[in-house]
Amino acid sequence: MQDNAALNWKKPKAKKKEKMLIQTIKRLLKNKLAVLGLVIIVLQVILAVFAPVLVNYSPYEQNLSETQLGIGSPEHLLGTDNYGRDIWSRLVYGTRISLIVGISSVGLGLIGGLTLGLLSGYYRKLDGVIMRIVDLLFAFPGILLAMLIIAILGTSIVNVAIAISIWSIPGCARIVRGSVLSIKKQEYILAMKSIGASNSRIILKHILPNCLAPIIVFATMRMATTILSTSALSFLGLGAQPPTPEWGAMIADGQDFMWTAPHMSIVPGIAIMLVVFAFNVVGDGLRDALDPNMNLDV
Amino acid sequence: MISLVARRILQLILLLLGISFIVFMSMYIAPGDPATVIAGPTASASDLEAIRTNLGLDKPVLEQYFNYLGGILHGDFGYSYQTGQTVTDAILTRFPNTLKLAIASMIVATIIGIVAGIISAIKQNSWIDVTSTTIALFGVSIPNFWLGAMLILIFSVNLQWFPVGGLNESIFSISGIKQLILPAITLGTASAALIARMSRSSMLEIIQSDYIRTAKAKGVKQKSLIWVHALRNAMIPVITVIGINFGSLLGGTIITEQVFAINGIGRLMIDAIASRDFPIVQGTVLLVAAIFVTVNLIVDIIYALIDPRISYD
Repeated sequence: MQDNAALNWKKPKAKKKEKMLIQTIKRLLKNKLAVLGLVIIVLQVILAVFAPVLVNYSPYEQNLSETQLGIGSPEHLLGTDNYGRDIWSRLVYGTRISLIVGISSVGLGLIGGLTLGLLSGYYRKLDGVIMRIVDLLFAFPGILLAMLIIAILGTSIVNVAIAISIWSIPGCARIVRGSVLSIKKQEYILAMKSIGASNSRIILKHILPNCLAPIIVFATMRMATTILSTSALSFLGLGAQPPTPEWGAMIADGQDFMWTAPHMSIVPGIAIMLVVFAFNVVGDGLRDALDPNMNLDV
Repeated sequence: MISLVARRILQLILLLLGISFIVFMSMYIAPGDPATVIAGPTASASDLEAIRTNLGLDKPVLEQYFNYLGGILHGDFGYSYQTGQTVTDAILTRFPNTLKLAIASMIVATIIGIVAGIISAIKQNSWIDVTSTTIALFGVSIPNFWLGAMLILIFSVNLQWFPVGGLNESIFSISGIKQLILPAITLGTASAALIARMSRSSMLEIIQSDYIRTAKAKGVKQKSLIWVHALRNAMIPVITVIGINFGSLLGGTIITEQVFAINGIGRLMIDAIASRDFPIVQGTVLLVAAIFVTVNLIVDIIYALIDPRISYD
């Protein structure tokens, strides 16, 4: 039976994959909130990439004769902070930081989570050990785990990225493991085994591509959590250090001037909220578009 | 049920041991010599050696861990490198504030979340539903430290309805409640949004189920249908979210305490990280993680109790 299945098995045509992709994109684009989210994310990427072109001042340039200018000042669209630094410039460069930290920590988390999840789901002998480690990581509230790691590594934005990536690993590992467990029971995987395909080939060429849908949704949602956590840790003084133009650190700087220059805190806060909102709604939209019955509870 | 509880308690004990090991090892591998932190950089080599011997840092790592574990079991978490105070005392003096904040925000989140979720579900697709769903979406996206700052700006600085910070009055006094309201809203907003989303989807699912349709066909009044027949079943998954959120709220207090200058575990921990006061970091992390996993265990058990269909085999 398995041999027949192996003989009859054909690689799904590329056209079919393309069709599925187009259908997914169409479904996603029907979701108005997700489209709004996509627009915000694209704008964020444009700001991050073209930051030097879009600002007139360096985000570090101090001008003590123009401190705490309000929003709508002639030379400074979003005003200046207590050192006279242009808030628009700092906001735009802050976009870069949040994107870089977000992408790198989600990427690192995915590498770790995918590796553990694939190994755990595919090799039963490793499953117990890996899942107990994952359980242990889940025993810490996320922000606490990140803070513990920062306590070891020291305070810096790079260490925040590392800490948040480690925090992403258990969630990703559980999702991937769940997918692998269901995929490896499929007939085509049994067929691959029966014709002598190596485990690494089965895992990388046949199981991994089929786990991608939940991982894409996880990564998108995770970007939202990462941006929020990075700014929170910087706000606490554990992440980006002055004078780095990081959004959370900008809110912390503005807290002391709430009476005289509230825009110092208001502007970066709105930026964080919009970007996190964007990733959340795109994640929601992707989940519905890829598979309405997908279960991402970890 | 008894075997379920026994098994989960055994798992909890193993988990707590694992947590204590991770916390101990994380501080062991952290760069920096505790003896230097205590005695200062100008201390002589013999002084440093004496401190290391006194703290047991010259012993093999596993022996140090078991000594640490033995201490914990006797309520001894060590001494703060900075103040010399016992970690237990440092935690005990600040923990009530953290607990007050976590419980108050849980109450805020539960009331707002469930009411908003149920109204949204009953009035599905109405303007109330759309508004509530949109607010919930923003609620999970809003950085709570920023929300706190904005609430201070509006309600403390401009309107002067609430104090700017602190949590030193009794919660049974008006001034104590006033101190607690803004931090509780700040911390509870994201949880309220999650609970609202979960309540709405759960309620919608139940409203569309066969037994509700049957009850409707038999002439049960709308109010009784919602509040008596649907609500109880709809709340089962919501209780899990509330429980899990309580653990997260304890983690979240770390940030909120900083915004509102509340003298709690979170501020203690942040100061300890900044000054590399490892025993305090160990003690606070261990405490919060232990509460987190214990609350999760209680939620699991309550979940199994209220829904007999659930099996953890």
